[in-house]
Formats: sequence, C-alpha cells, structure tokens
Amino acid sequence: MAKNAQLILRDKIYPVKANQTIRQALLEAGIQPHAVLATRDGELLTDDEVIREGQVIKLIAVISGG
Amino acid sequence: MRCRKCSQKAVVNMRQHKLSLCKEHYLEWLPEQTERFIQKYNMFTHKDKVLVAVSGGKDSLTLWEILWKSGYVADGLYINLGIDGQTKYSEMSRQIVLDFARERALRFTVVDVEEEFRETVPQIAARTLRGKAKPCSVCGLVKRHIMNRVARDAGYNILATGHNLDDEAAALFGNTLSWAKGYLIRQNPVLESIHPGVIKKVKPFFRFYERETAAYAVLSRITYVYDECPYSIGSKTIYYKGLLNQLEADRPGAKLHFFLAFLKAKKEGLFAQPPEKCGLELKTCPVCGQPTTVPDTCAFCRMMDKVKSPTVKG
Repeated sequence: MAKNAQLILRDKIYPVKANQTIRQALLEAGIQPHAVLATRDGELLTDDEVIREGQVIKLIAVISGG
Repeated sequence: MRCRKCSQKAVVNMRQHKLSLCKEHYLEWLPEQTERFIQKYNMFTHKDKVLVAVSGGKDSLTLWEILWKSGYVADGLYINLGIDGQTKYSEMSRQIVLDFARERALRFTVVDVEEEFRETVPQIAARTLRGKAKPCSVCGLVKRHIMNRVARDAGYNILATGHNLDDEAAALFGNTLSWAKGYLIRQNPVLESIHPGVIKKVKPFFRFYERETAAYAVLSRITYVYDECPYSIGSKTIYYKGLLNQLEADRPGAKLHFFLAFLKAKKEGLFAQPPEKCGLELKTCPVCGQPTTVPDTCAFCRMMDKVKSPTVKG
C-alpha cells in the first residue's frame, strides 16, 4: 500500500500509510507513542485519530533530560 | 475520542488513567491535580515562600505558571550554565525564561555561572576532569549547590523543581539496576530539610507523565525551549526513558505503578537501615555551610578549588 501521509518529527519526514490511526502510524514509523504529541494545523490530536490521505501530522518530542 | 467531562473532541488521552479530555478540561485538570499532589504530599502551603528552579523547558515553566496562577508565592531561579558553543542553548533558554517572567510580571533571580566562577559548566567539567566525556555530573553538582544557596540566602523555605514521572521513573530504573542504596533512599518527591543548610525540596509534577506537562505547555501556548541540552543526546536517562516507554506502550500505567510502588515500599520499611549505614549522615561543609556526606569540604567546594588552581590541567 502506498505511503501517502506523513509524520514530521524534528524536521525529519516519515512517510506512512493513510487510513490508519496516529498510534498505528507512529508504530509503523518506529516512533514511541509516549515520546511525542501529535498535532495537525497547530491542534493537538489523540492517537486514535485516523490519518487521511495527504495529511501531515507534526510531532512534538516530549522526552527531555540528561 | 471524546472528553469524559463534556463529550467535546478530546485533545489528550491518558491511557494509564483511562481518561481523555478536551482542551478546556485538560487545562483545568492539570492544575487541579497539581494542587491535589501539593496537599497530599504536604509539599507546601500558601504561607510558604517557594523558589522555582526554571530551565526554560516545558516542565519548569509549566510548574511556575501553575503555581503563579494558583496564588502561591513562587519566584523563579534561572542558572545560566554557559552551554552554548554552536547551539546557543543557554543563551536561548535564558531569553525564554526572561520573556516568560516579564510577560507575567514574575520575580526571578539569574545566576550566571561564568560570571560567578569565571568558567562555564563545560569549562569547569573539562578543567576538573570530573565527568570527562560529558559535563552532566558537574552540571548537577553546580545546580544543586546554587539552587540551595540562593533559596537559603534569599529566605525561601521551599525549592520546587519540575521533575516529572518519566524523570523519576528513569532515575529509579537506573538506581535499581546498580542498587545504588544512597540514591534510592534519597529519591523522593519531597525531601525535608534535614540540615540547617539545606532547603526543603519538592517535585509537584512527579506524578505527571512527560507528555502531560508538554501538552499543557502546548495548549496554554507557553513558549519553551524545544531543543534538548546538546549534552543530553545519548544520555542514560533518555535511554532509560525509551525503555520505560516501550513497557508503557504495552502496559499503560507501568511507569506510574513502578514509581508509586517504590514509594509505598519505602514507606512500609524498605531501606529501613540507619542513615549512617547508607552513607547519609550529613555533616556541614566548613567552606560553604551546605550539607555533605564527607567529613571535610563538600564535593562542590573541592571541585571549585580545582577551578581556582592554575596548575590543574584543562
């Protein structure tokens, strides 16, 4: 299936399949769901939201500390 | 997913609580829970004078915002560590903290490590050879010393930090892997003042996941330092947080349970050894007056002696 949606984390683009939840897309891209917040057009989204074709989900990294 | 309180579209889902909330109710929930934890763990009251250690990150600025909005006497302390180089990390953090405080007319203190000690934290680390590869251990030592000193000298009786559950669980995980008795005994969301030179320390956010404080910061449009300290890349803490998040993905609530069960076990008598057997008997540093576990000058003063000495190789 074509990867026709995108996740963006710290300027890196992760092409993912559309018509799946954000949580599934994060796992597909190898990103831990608890390590990020998902946003679309500046609005926070829960990870059960379905990504539609052509959509871009911007991720905010939340893990900090050293 | 819908908000449990009003059925509007949810923006945050906390699987460990089986709770999803809309923006409006999430921005109410986090401060309410903060207040609940402050009271439940006897952290402080509205009569206390609280110094909030702020780094410019999401946790400390969110904590400062919530304490301020809740009517606490809560002033800020920013320590300029001099971590700049190509990243300008400290310079950027400092500006963000100053803007945050000025926009809200909050009182704050800035301590500049380089101005005070002639060298930045990375320079001190390189010069003293403490933490050869990274300055993180020097950074921790310098911050703890300055935070306690500023709080003590300026008459604050509470020092609050923005440590969250992920910070605490990762520290516990690391300390458990090495059975670091001393650290395990000391790790607590409330550290009472057990020495005249030490201020009571509290962590009001210790039960919030990192993504929850981040969500509050994003939703309430707090500008914070998004980039991490350049020295934290590849750190053990971040590695442990990743491992715990893998666990959390399969077992929602695992991180919270890990830490709360630890606190419960301690309360029920785990580590019930006398403090001196664990190296916790506190003495007073003859130079700075702060507590130390060794009978002579404290680790901070010993380190700063090396900084003053021109013979130490950098």
